[in-house]
Amino acid sequence: MADYDYDVVVLGAGPGGYVAAIRASQLGLKSAVIEKEAPGGVCLNWGCIPSKALIHQAETVHAVKGLEAVGARVDLSGLDYERVHGKSRDAASKLSRGVQALLKKNKVDYIEGTGVFAAPHEVEVDAKRTVSGANVLIATGSRSREIPGFEFDGKLVVDSRQILGITRLPKKLLILGAGAIGMEFAYVMNAFGVEVTVIEMLDQILPLEDSEAVAVVEKAFKRYGITMQTGTRAVKLDRTAKTVKLTIEKDGAQEVLSADMLLVAVGRAPNTEGIGLEKIGVRTDRGFIEVGDYYQTAVQGVYAIGDVTASPLLAHVASKEGEIAVEHMAGHHPEKRIDPAAIPSAVYCEPQVGSFGLTEKRARENGVAYETAVFPYRGAGKSVAVEKSDGLVKIVFDPATREILGGHAVGANATEIIHELLLAKKAELLPEDIATMVHAHPTLSEAVMEGARVAEGWAIHY
Amino acid sequence: MAEKIPMTALSPTMEEGTIVSWSVKEGDTVSSGDVLCEVETDKTSVEYESAVDGTILKIVVEAGGSAAVGRTIAIMGEAGEDIADLVASAQQEGSDGSSAAVPSGEKTSAEEQSERSKEHQSSGKSAEKKESSGSAQSDAPALAPGVAKKPGESPGEAPKVGGSRIKASPLAVKLAAERNINLSLVTGTGTGGRIVKEDIENFRGVPGGAGSVSTSGAAGAGVLMADETIPVAGKRAVIARRLSESKFSAPHYYLKTSVEMAAVVAARKMLNEGRQTKVSLNAFFIKFAAEALKRHREVNASWQGDSIVQFGSIDIGLAVDVGTGLITPVVRNCGNRGVEEIDEDLVQLIEKARAGSLKPEEYTGATFTISNLGSFGVEEFTAIINPPGSAILALGATKATPVVRTNGSIEVAQIMKMTLSCDHRVIDGAAGGRFLYELQQLMENPARLLF
Repeated sequence: MADYDYDVVVLGAGPGGYVAAIRASQLGLKSAVIEKEAPGGVCLNWGCIPSKALIHQAETVHAVKGLEAVGARVDLSGLDYERVHGKSRDAASKLSRGVQALLKKNKVDYIEGTGVFAAPHEVEVDAKRTVSGANVLIATGSRSREIPGFEFDGKLVVDSRQILGITRLPKKLLILGAGAIGMEFAYVMNAFGVEVTVIEMLDQILPLEDSEAVAVVEKAFKRYGITMQTGTRAVKLDRTAKTVKLTIEKDGAQEVLSADMLLVAVGRAPNTEGIGLEKIGVRTDRGFIEVGDYYQTAVQGVYAIGDVTASPLLAHVASKEGEIAVEHMAGHHPEKRIDPAAIPSAVYCEPQVGSFGLTEKRARENGVAYETAVFPYRGAGKSVAVEKSDGLVKIVFDPATREILGGHAVGANATEIIHELLLAKKAELLPEDIATMVHAHPTLSEAVMEGARVAEGWAIHY
Repeated sequence: MAEKIPMTALSPTMEEGTIVSWSVKEGDTVSSGDVLCEVETDKTSVEYESAVDGTILKIVVEAGGSAAVGRTIAIMGEAGEDIADLVASAQQEGSDGSSAAVPSGEKTSAEEQSERSKEHQSSGKSAEKKESSGSAQSDAPALAPGVAKKPGESPGEAPKVGGSRIKASPLAVKLAAERNINLSLVTGTGTGGRIVKEDIENFRGVPGGAGSVSTSGAAGAGVLMADETIPVAGKRAVIARRLSESKFSAPHYYLKTSVEMAAVVAARKMLNEGRQTKVSLNAFFIKFAAEALKRHREVNASWQGDSIVQFGSIDIGLAVDVGTGLITPVVRNCGNRGVEEIDEDLVQLIEKARAGSLKPEEYTGATFTISNLGSFGVEEFTAIINPPGSAILALGATKATPVVRTNGSIEVAQIMKMTLSCDHRVIDGAAGGRFLYELQQLMENPARLLF
């Protein structure tokens, strides 16, 4: 066996790569991570984290406005978006430095530069030095998907990363794509006074979420004054110096919308070009790297995790996959891959959506026998007291075995309370187990307990 | 603390088992996983492994005897422990008239004899009592490794029924109940050996090595190998595609013959004498095949859909195993070259193949292919044609074999079996036969190369 510089070389220090590198170090593997930008990847620097900072500010705006109901005169006139933006950057840089420190603490070598495969076990960094590893983990992530005719220019037409960089708000914003990213920005921009229209090709906003949960979000967004057009295609884009004109089409009828900014959030493309994959024989399918158990590629010793593979494009998925991959490299026997039915997804607008597993629609399409149990937030006293009674908890379960097949929560703190259901799913608990567990009163989690009781046929507050 | 070892359900439907033989005797020390006895169930006979460490203090049911599931068959604990009470209660179970638990009294003491006869008198009553105690004991000590109570463990702890002592998820418990699966027979693969849904779904009953029951020594190791999916790409994908294309589109037929290898071996010896590097046997095979092909050009051909191409050059591929798969480097123009030249090429090509640095032109376009599995001791086999060629020669190991000579005498000769796979679209049976006969004759009498 040849001698390698490292046991594991990780390409990319995003939430998949840096977590994998640290886990590798914990397992006694000598590891290095190669990153061309800041540690933490898109998630930490230009995605999840800064956007959550903005959402938090947006929520504060809503909360402050809520004081009008008790007689306060609320004046938001001095609100300076540049400073709001500054807070989001502070959060990102603070956490990025934190990652750097964690890597150092765990004795992971951090190599700045662009890594390109020279051979299966060799990565060339900026064409200057070569780093070799007994194993190489590809965790180069993804970028916003660009569609012909709607190319990003960073000013009029932006992607999620570019919009996180703007310090001056547009007056009118069009958002193409009503997935989690589109909806979160719609919420933020609306809260800061931007006129927002969201255009979605499919017939539902948040197309991957359960329609009953989505209805709650839709109602709230309408109340905020956000326009949502579903079942609508973007046909053409014209740009002038300061405005965009977007031609949309619904049921054959066309309409032109104009705005001073267009956010295109229609999915993400894997960063698998230009890193020498073809040279070492790693195969891709529509850009995504094909992997087997433990996220091994067809080339021995080369693994791929996160957004570069066809698994859900979520930071927490990448992290877990990275852990599994390096545990396998270390000779451990982790689970072979993440159970797709137990991956949580979260949308952080207000109301939030937290979910996992089957939606009702998916269950129907797959011919899975199912029943649902739904409990509205308003049945949990806490939600009424804190004026967050719009929401629900929904459990999709197997009527015969009672197995939990899917969980959906929408409303305040939904992205947190979903985890009780998810733990139940993972531990193979049944609705009965949740129904009989004592929950503190008053909490929103009582809605989860009552949801389980609905499944068992004995909800108290419903 | 001593404990009763019960007969356990060694198959999902087993209610009673007969002890075929004991592998241990009283006084023996056993470890968890050791085979205690062989039990004949309603289906088969399986080995009953101990789930605990300890000393066999008493064998309650002798070989030949049978016991209902849950009935005590032995008592284990620490050497020298007082087990009178346990023996008594075990014997009491034995008083249940439905099955003869103790076949002979030769090893039991007089005291126990009398104890037993006393029990027999009150058998009607104690049978009822046994019912309840039997069910409470039925799963204890459970077979699931790691959860069985160990000797010396908190003496006050009462044995509980299976469900609460075996770690299993609520869903797994429910599924097991629905499917009538005894959880004590299921190996848990969840966190901390917990039985989860997947384990129930994968449960195929005993025998199969579940729990600590095994029918083979290998399963006694306790660790089941998990399935592993390996993505198919690169070389493996190419091999899969090309060979299925070949096998599914070219109608293969196979011709077999044996060759006496004495002449080839002698020729090789002659050539290699005094040489630093030895010319390989494969080089000889390639050379002989090339000469036979020269004489039968119809075999050195390719099916092209609406035409057949008879190749002008004889380019022979040799199947080489490079660890990660198969590759067939091609020696060009073998018809016009000698064995030594062929061998030089071969050495280089194989080296490159192992290093993974063969260029496409070095492993494609073989007009004929040889695959030699002789080094693995394979006697004979059939190979799949390697396109664009229309025939492949499969060579087995050379073995000392008795042969009947024309005069009827029997001699031992070095024989190699070879099988020619032909594409019937290109090579008819007679043509293939002629070629193979030619090859055999050349190898047995290399002087024929001059003819």
